[in-house]
Amino acid sequence: MIESIVGSLNAGAKYIIPLLLVGIPFYAITVKKVKVYEVFVEGAKDGFTIAVRIIPYLVAILVAVGMFRASGALDLLLNFLAPVLNFIGFPPENLPLALMRPLSGSGSLGLLTDLVNEYGADSLYAKIGATMFGSSETTFYVLAVYFGSVGVTRSRHALVAGLTADAVGALAAVFFCKLLLG
Amino acid sequence: MLNYIWFGMMFISVVVGIFTGNIDAVTEAAINMAKVAVEISIGLIGIMALWLGIMKIAEASGLIRIIARGLKPITVRLFPDVPADHPAIGSIVLNMAANLLGLGNAATPLGLKAMEELQELNPKKDTATNAMVMFLAINTSSVQLIVPATVVALMGATASQIFLTTILATTASTITAIIIVKILEKTKRFSVENAS
Repeated sequence: MIESIVGSLNAGAKYIIPLLLVGIPFYAITVKKVKVYEVFVEGAKDGFTIAVRIIPYLVAILVAVGMFRASGALDLLLNFLAPVLNFIGFPPENLPLALMRPLSGSGSLGLLTDLVNEYGADSLYAKIGATMFGSSETTFYVLAVYFGSVGVTRSRHALVAGLTADAVGALAAVFFCKLLLG
Repeated sequence: MLNYIWFGMMFISVVVGIFTGNIDAVTEAAINMAKVAVEISIGLIGIMALWLGIMKIAEASGLIRIIARGLKPITVRLFPDVPADHPAIGSIVLNMAANLLGLGNAATPLGLKAMEELQELNPKKDTATNAMVMFLAINTSSVQLIVPATVVALMGATASQIFLTTILATTASTITAIIIVKILEKTKRFSVENAS
């Protein structure tokens, strides 16, 4: 029962991207007479700047992660944490990303890239990682920028609430990926 | 914080590498990964451009504004201290709508505008209001309908599989955020008077 619902949802999901690619311009051109081609090109220009802008962050994070793994330090850390993680069914491979996600968007993108490179986009680790990445935000950065912009220095319960939500999001990512894709 | 994490990882790597005899592998990994980082970024350009172009069309066609109107009944309940017709609500709703559609670039300017308007209602300018904390908690728990462009670019065809899991996980974290904020805002420890 659940399997068939999940199956049909996953089967439907493969139409989402093509439908968006056609549906959004369709609405824009028929209903609103938007110059879709020109607007598209204007938006697409940002793709280059963003991709180039993340290069220094990716170099910094990927080098550090690569060194950490090659030295054997990651294995030591994961062996140390494995009993606890196993107990709650949390894959140790996804721990670095879960810890990095609230700290740095570019850093966690680097870690996700690393998961995809190492295990392949088809692996459960990559899927859990991508779910974690998509379902959470860089809490520290957002709080600093948003509160900083209006001069609020006393943030009250904002950080506690944000980090608790991040932890629940990471656990939920593992839970739902194992349930639906594992 | 990131400074310590980043430096700590490299420092530990070198120390562990020396003890385990893996130091050659550490050097090789550092040089190799620097190269890989650039190759990945360059590879992302085309897919990022495609996604951002489509999202710009959604913005220009007013699709975001339509979603904004649909979400209004919810925002009234989440931000009881903010008058329903206050401009802050409009900016909050637009920011959430931009987040829903994965429009990070559009979301930030709208979010900062919302903060400015919430600050007008704030009697104690250096202290966060309940509405501000609620807004940021929802924002950082990232209500998202669409998987981010970077993830689509990285995951390729597999990206469609994580649509559902992402929505479920983000729903769990957002509901948690709302409940925690509603509970904590009433406690003495986080009251406006005791704020730190």
